[in-house]
Amino acid sequence: MRDAEFLIEVMAGQLQDLLDRRGIAEPALVGVHTGGVWVAERLRQRLGIATPLGLLDISFYRDDFSRIGVNPQVRPSELPFDVDDRHLVLIDDVLQTGRTIRAALNELFDYGRPASVLLAALVDRGGRELPIEANVIGTRLKLPAGQQIQLTGPDPLQLSIQAAP
Amino acid sequence: MNAAHIQLDRQGRLLHFLTVEGLSRRHLIEILDTAESLHGVAERRVKKLPTLHGKTVVNLFFEVSTRTRTTFELAAKRLSADVLTLNIATSSAVKGESLLDTLRNIEAMQCDMFVVRHQQSGAAEFIARHVKPHIAVLNAGDGRHAHPTQALLDVFTIRRHKPDFPSLQVAIVGDILHSRVARSLIHALNILGVADLRVVAPRTLLPARVETLGVRVCHELNQGLRDADVVVMLRLQRERMEGALLPSEQEFFQRYGLTEERLASAKSDAIVMHPGPINRGVEIDSRVADGPRSVILEQVTNGIAVRMAIMSITLGNHARPVGEGS
Repeated sequence: MRDAEFLIEVMAGQLQDLLDRRGIAEPALVGVHTGGVWVAERLRQRLGIATPLGLLDISFYRDDFSRIGVNPQVRPSELPFDVDDRHLVLIDDVLQTGRTIRAALNELFDYGRPASVLLAALVDRGGRELPIEANVIGTRLKLPAGQQIQLTGPDPLQLSIQAAP
Repeated sequence: MNAAHIQLDRQGRLLHFLTVEGLSRRHLIEILDTAESLHGVAERRVKKLPTLHGKTVVNLFFEVSTRTRTTFELAAKRLSADVLTLNIATSSAVKGESLLDTLRNIEAMQCDMFVVRHQQSGAAEFIARHVKPHIAVLNAGDGRHAHPTQALLDVFTIRRHKPDFPSLQVAIVGDILHSRVARSLIHALNILGVADLRVVAPRTLLPARVETLGVRVCHELNQGLRDADVVVMLRLQRERMEGALLPSEQEFFQRYGLTEERLASAKSDAIVMHPGPINRGVEIDSRVADGPRSVILEQVTNGIAVRMAIMSITLGNHARPVGEGS
């Protein structure tokens, strides 16, 4: 597996191409807590985007509240720009079931009506349970069900694979 | 087992919120941090989260209240719960049996949370002991005993201005005797480890052995306010006043009313708080209540986020993985 910084380089190239093709000059990046925020901040610097980063904590939007309750480590969501008519790029570290992205999209629309939303993920490990696909992917990885991939950071950013708890 | 025990499950998680007593710093910080995450919701286009979608919250108010009732209602609605508010006029003493009957009837309507306000101490705890296990009970004020959500919104407001509790000097001024707000706040501030906590009141408005709660007692206002970072004024509970505890309201204001001149004894950046509703010219002068140091209206706003946090934490802790039964 390539290291996280290399994968972010790959993502930056893909994302710039995609933005150019769509004619989007100044998108706003939104990272999903916690790993997605680290990746998003790196991408924002690489792409030279001036708009401050948006931070999304989807804890209150999860679909499993009635099973696991509230995440005690919840953090405030912060979108320091007007979402209306804005082109957004939603960024997460690991894409699997798609449930986090479903929750993130619902939360975004409670802030306003964006012009468009793109999805970028550092690692796509398959196993989708919802009709959600990323536009930009650092790498695809096939992992056995008993293993999980985790991003630690923010400095240095490191991907590690371990047995699921 | 008392209220402090029945509100926690075996892992020490909050199932009900009945009293601040017996909680740890970790419990309070979790509530404050969660409330901080919920605070920004009110500034969004859609002031609503889907967290309690499909849940039913019943406000059982046996005692009149505007602020507490409406902020609980708004908190539940902003979490997408359905809310029913019952204002239950009661005779002076509620017998356990009739309260249980009320409870069973409302339980039969498939609700998930009771928010209880009652003039009798221990009412919320009584309900928590008798409800079905999937129901969470929040104490919205019981007699002279406790008003724990008010205490948490007060410490939340303090933390937003002065986050370092171990360095703080706090003065609580006025009718401590009749105040459930004061009792709960004293417990919360001691758990968070404030440097110095004083109560300032005439002897007749202090409970017996108040020092055992972990406070210093002052009978003189200027001395009590000296170098305070936070001044909490209490409402003079005229409706609870039995017998001649006070000569007159005018005299009370002269000795214990907060004016700009007296506030000068506190630190220059001290904040002034009051749980409301305020008696202007009795415990606080309008120029202070409406002045730059007052955070009284912030307390009202913060009450919504704090109650949202407590609702989502307690109902979340009733969550059961599918298949594990109730």
